[in-house]
Amino acid sequence: MSYIGKPKVTHPGLPRNKLGLTSRDYEGTVSTLCAGCGHDSITAAIIQAVFELGIEPHMLAKMSGIGCSSKTPAYFVSQSHGFNSVHGRMPSVTTGANAANRNLMYIGVSGDGDSLSIGVGQFVHAIRRNLNMCYVIENNGVYGLTKGQFSASADIGSKPKKGEPNKQEPIDPVSTALSLGATYIARSFSGDKEQLVPLIKGALMHRGFALLDIVSPCVTFNDHEGSTKSYAHTRQFYHHVVDMDYVPPAEEIKAAYNEGEAMPIQLHDGSTIVLRKVADDYDLTNRAHAFKYLRDHFEKGEICTGLLYLDESRAEMHELMGNIDTPLSELPLDSLHPGSQELKKLQSRYR
Amino acid sequence: MKPTDTSNPDYFHKVVDCQWGCPAHTDVPAYIRMIAQGQFSDAYMENRKSNVFPGILGRVCDRPCEPACRRGRVEDKPVAICRLKRVAADHRDDITGRLPKAPEKSNGKKVALIGAGCASLTVANDLAPLGYEVTIFEALNTTGGLMRTNIPQFRLPPKVLDEEIGYILDMNVDLKLNHPIESLKSLLDEKYDAVFVGTGAPRGKNLEIPGRYDSDRIHIGIDWLESVAFEHVKSIGKKVLIIGVGNTAMDCCRTSLRLGAEDVKVMARKPRGYFKASAWELEDAEEENVEILINHSPKEFVIENGKLTGMKFELMEYNIDEKGDIDRGTVVGEKIIPCDDVVLAIGQDNAFPWIERDIGIEFDRWDCPVVNEKTMMCGREGVFFGGDSAFGPKNIIWAVEHGHQAAISIHRYCQGEDIEDRLPYGMNLASQKMGMHEWSFSNNYDAAPRRLMPHVDLKERFKKINIEVELGFTAEQAVQEVERCLNCDIQTVFTADLCIECDACMDICPVNCLTITHNGDEDDLRTRLRAPAENRDQALYVSAELPQTGRVMVKDEDLCVHCSLCAERCPTGAWDMQKSTLLVPYAKDEISDETAQPLAGASA
Repeated sequence: MSYIGKPKVTHPGLPRNKLGLTSRDYEGTVSTLCAGCGHDSITAAIIQAVFELGIEPHMLAKMSGIGCSSKTPAYFVSQSHGFNSVHGRMPSVTTGANAANRNLMYIGVSGDGDSLSIGVGQFVHAIRRNLNMCYVIENNGVYGLTKGQFSASADIGSKPKKGEPNKQEPIDPVSTALSLGATYIARSFSGDKEQLVPLIKGALMHRGFALLDIVSPCVTFNDHEGSTKSYAHTRQFYHHVVDMDYVPPAEEIKAAYNEGEAMPIQLHDGSTIVLRKVADDYDLTNRAHAFKYLRDHFEKGEICTGLLYLDESRAEMHELMGNIDTPLSELPLDSLHPGSQELKKLQSRYR
Repeated sequence: MKPTDTSNPDYFHKVVDCQWGCPAHTDVPAYIRMIAQGQFSDAYMENRKSNVFPGILGRVCDRPCEPACRRGRVEDKPVAICRLKRVAADHRDDITGRLPKAPEKSNGKKVALIGAGCASLTVANDLAPLGYEVTIFEALNTTGGLMRTNIPQFRLPPKVLDEEIGYILDMNVDLKLNHPIESLKSLLDEKYDAVFVGTGAPRGKNLEIPGRYDSDRIHIGIDWLESVAFEHVKSIGKKVLIIGVGNTAMDCCRTSLRLGAEDVKVMARKPRGYFKASAWELEDAEEENVEILINHSPKEFVIENGKLTGMKFELMEYNIDEKGDIDRGTVVGEKIIPCDDVVLAIGQDNAFPWIERDIGIEFDRWDCPVVNEKTMMCGREGVFFGGDSAFGPKNIIWAVEHGHQAAISIHRYCQGEDIEDRLPYGMNLASQKMGMHEWSFSNNYDAAPRRLMPHVDLKERFKKINIEVELGFTAEQAVQEVERCLNCDIQTVFTADLCIECDACMDICPVNCLTITHNGDEDDLRTRLRAPAENRDQALYVSAELPQTGRVMVKDEDLCVHCSLCAERCPTGAWDMQKSTLLVPYAKDEISDETAQPLAGASA
């Protein structure tokens, strides 16, 4: 950490979004993570994405559990809502918050420890419910806060700073989410903002559960030779499968695409995701195909990145439950709480 | 772009905008830090090394450093560099023991300096301690040249002049007052090894329009100011017109107010924005209720019954194009403005009636001597020029720099060395890291606005002609103002081999001046940076290819606030904060024997 905060001075030519804010207005406090942590770069990408989308800070809720990753919501969009919950319990707290106020945009930031070990049960059920949220896993393969033990996402053969290489099978959040039916699944790398920022924007605007598994090197405990989650290793085995651009509603698609390369997919709010396929043989709407492709490439040691699966047709939690459009938090007390007589009537129906 | 060549001292020097902008290359951030630590005498000596007259320049310098100051680009007002210099002078202890002294034994070389102004005095300051026998010839009965005759006492008290000029004269300098040189030829016949001409630009420009010679109430600005300085003139009429809007005009109008004028108008031919006067001098004059009338072009003096009663002007209109260039204007009317006196302050010319034209000195079509800009020597060997007499009117700080350069040339000339073969500038770099997140300097950005200079009350200041208007910063003001300095000499130095491209520096930079991207030519790169890089006067610092991706680190130097956060957030030390010290050679550094002193500033 630094002794001084990031000075409030800004570049006078900084772009402004539709709300008249600059990216600086979406910052949080200065990070207390290690210098060079991938998480900080992801924080910067989230700031950039939220800024570009022109999200009103008070319409955003930042949710987290415990871990290095879970500290990061303090470092972006200070003026939004936030809940730093118990270890691994971010998904259920987010479920509750979303149940009460479906109008907010939810971004949960978790890590490989928080989501794939202690919180794995919570993680998988949030996917099953198709909870409308953007779920970020800052994946570094180690428990950084407790001095770098392997986490559940460590690859077989990956070497620790000291001690024996990992021998246990890793949990891959992407294939897990794919098997459970998540509707927006992407993988990226903290060191590739060009790819990452549009993926975050798409995930925030997607209706339903959007998973972003982001390789985020731990510069202190997992950035050495022999590690499969280091900056150098990730760059070497990095494999763009599908890149994408996010185009907001009512905006023309301006970027130039080669013929046959671009494939637009409309999201529910009218915005568009334009896919730029890098691998010709990849079909991101086909679960079985995607699963096989990812597995084959994983076995070759490649790290497949980009938007890997998308299904805009599945209903999210509120739709599945048939809830009304008005957030429960905005309902007057008498409609929200019909009284003990009504409860008795309801209960008598089940007797 | 090719990787930036930081081994060229110019690269990091240019990042220190104030020092680069200063003709004498005063190490501004260094002396500001000394003031911050209460080391006023050290700050004074640091100044004196390059600009010789910190007390004088701290009051009346043309301050090219301030418009250059990076702070002025980051927000609107630059650091009050000039007035901080005065703080160093005002609060210093007795520094006479630290001044260079003339050696007991002369080196046998005699140098004549003509004129006792800032240029000649600088030459004396640089050469006397080396053992040269220096003689200054001055036409007037006092020293200082235009600093004394043309700058009013309410801006520059004589005490300050006497003190700082005294420091130099005490180095065994032979001063001959009331000794005008009538003929350079006969001076050259005397046994001097070198002659330096520092006689300024002593002739005020005239305005040859009808009525000019029909009244004795029409004055040439610089001559009139000199007469006021010597108390030959003690009053002026109630209504005064000043023609011209340069800094001399500002001195004339403010002096008029102190000699009894009640209604002073400064007549400008062009609109605001095209005035020659410095913004701060305009501000100070307007604070004293001087009226500035724009678009008035002088046509004739109105004389009634042999008495000046007013002046006729043509009213002008101008077209200004998109680039801000102004046309010659069209006359749209005429107007007579009544007055009792007119002061002409429309510029100065060089005048060398005392230099014979057949002694090997070439004169150009403006009747100025042809002088080598690097060596300050004219066509005749052994004759050097400096200050306004060399290239026409500039300012004090330029004259000082000319003096330094002329002193180097004179020394090399007298020693029989090639005067073109001078020591180059050098550059030292030293890391300022003190701990994990600790730097040797105050790196946090202080958003405080520029301190305002306290002035003597508007009623009080006109009571006498020599009441200094500016009071100088108080200790509290100085403490706040020094924190505004961005320490631009503490450079961000990048080592490409160490970079792992984690983006931490880019993400933390408050002014978005860092980008990791694919290389390209400059025009292309400037469009691909994280914030607009439209100021092409400011360099892009481009690294070698980065090890992991082959991309490059690009820094737009323009708005960097030198907060050190890039270096603090860098996990590998690829970024470091290093103090750059410009090594400026002076005459003393040219001494070739083994006992020579080290280069100026080499201790850093």
